[in-house]
Amino acid sequence: MPQIDQIMSTYGSQFFWLVITFGLIYFVIGRSMLPKIQGTVDLRKGKIAGDIAAAKAAHARADEIEEDYRQAQARARDAAMAITAEAKAKGAREAEARVRDADVGIAAHLAEAEAAIAAQQASALTEIEAVAVEAAQDIVARLTPAKVTKPQVNRAVKGALADA
Amino acid sequence: MAAESGKIDPMHQFEIAPVFPGGFEIAGQTIAFTNSALWMLLTLVTLWVFMQGGMKRELVPGRWQLMVESFTGFIDDMLVANIGAEGRKYAPYVFSLFMFILFANILGLLPIGVVGGHPFTVTSHLTITGILAIVSFAIVLIVGFGRHGLHFFSLFVPHGTPLPMIPFIFLVELLSFLVRPFSLGLRLFVAMTAGHILLKVLAGFVINSTNAGVGYGLMVGLPSLTLMVGISALEILVAVVQAYVFALLTSLYINDAVNLH
Repeated sequence: MPQIDQIMSTYGSQFFWLVITFGLIYFVIGRSMLPKIQGTVDLRKGKIAGDIAAAKAAHARADEIEEDYRQAQARARDAAMAITAEAKAKGAREAEARVRDADVGIAAHLAEAEAAIAAQQASALTEIEAVAVEAAQDIVARLTPAKVTKPQVNRAVKGALADA
Repeated sequence: MAAESGKIDPMHQFEIAPVFPGGFEIAGQTIAFTNSALWMLLTLVTLWVFMQGGMKRELVPGRWQLMVESFTGFIDDMLVANIGAEGRKYAPYVFSLFMFILFANILGLLPIGVVGGHPFTVTSHLTITGILAIVSFAIVLIVGFGRHGLHFFSLFVPHGTPLPMIPFIFLVELLSFLVRPFSLGLRLFVAMTAGHILLKVLAGFVINSTNAGVGYGLMVGLPSLTLMVGISALEILVAVVQAYVFALLTSLYINDAVNLH
């Protein structure tokens, strides 16, 4: 077996060349190139993980925005409904007040009118009395020779009218 | 073992010979540019070219970049699974180890003999696998004693050991711990050597039987060739699995040193 037979005559040369080649591999490839390649791989892993995290964050943010939007919409709807209800209530109150005012006005007019009617009736009655007195005095003067004074006629007419 | 199959020696592929004459001496050892050195350099260059694909560093990787990143990710995941989050600290060493062994294994399997080349499997040499195993073991010792001091010896006393058993268990565990570099280095060396010998022996059968006549060629050579195709596929699997096993065991041993069980 040459590996054993030649061991004493070649180990120096084998050792020498192994130190040179393996040393170069260790320092140039293992210590200098390998970390750069590992760095690239790590960078890529980091980038992918970062991108996924960013996508997840964006997704969460979108959900948040949607939730905010929903809440804002709900709030706006509630506010709108409150305003509508208030306006309705206010309208109803105003209408009621106006009707009440109108009622008061109408009642006042009615009372006035009734008073006017009563006054006219009274004045009409006194006029009728005066006319009746004159007419009765005239009639008596024409038909009878008896002379009647105005107070007598007045008393008689008042009595007749009260009886009627 | 040699010369039985005619002129074809299945062990010749493991011989180390200088590619260029010359070289220099350090402490009695001749350092020459050998075929082993050539294939180590080829491993380094091929691996470096392969890694260039990972250096594009684009956010959306292409095929080549993805291939490189799947290797780095594989080692990263293995270290994190076995050692924990701080396992990534050992990624440069374990990754270098895994890729060096994997590329050396696969380059040694390439059928460049077809165009006259002589493939050489760096990892089929005990000197190489032994040094790699010793380096792994040394890292375990340095990390273990560096982090835990003498408390590191508690690794050899599993939790719940009855008091009278502690000396015995300690010795057994210590022994199994000390055997680790040997098993680590021998496993890869033996697996690669055995596979390559098997392929060469079968290839010798094909050539020698065909030379002996068409009948022998059909009876012996053809089944051998079929078997070689299957074993070549198996050897590719072994090349990958052995690189994985070496890296996995190294990370498990480092885990012992970091976390003490």
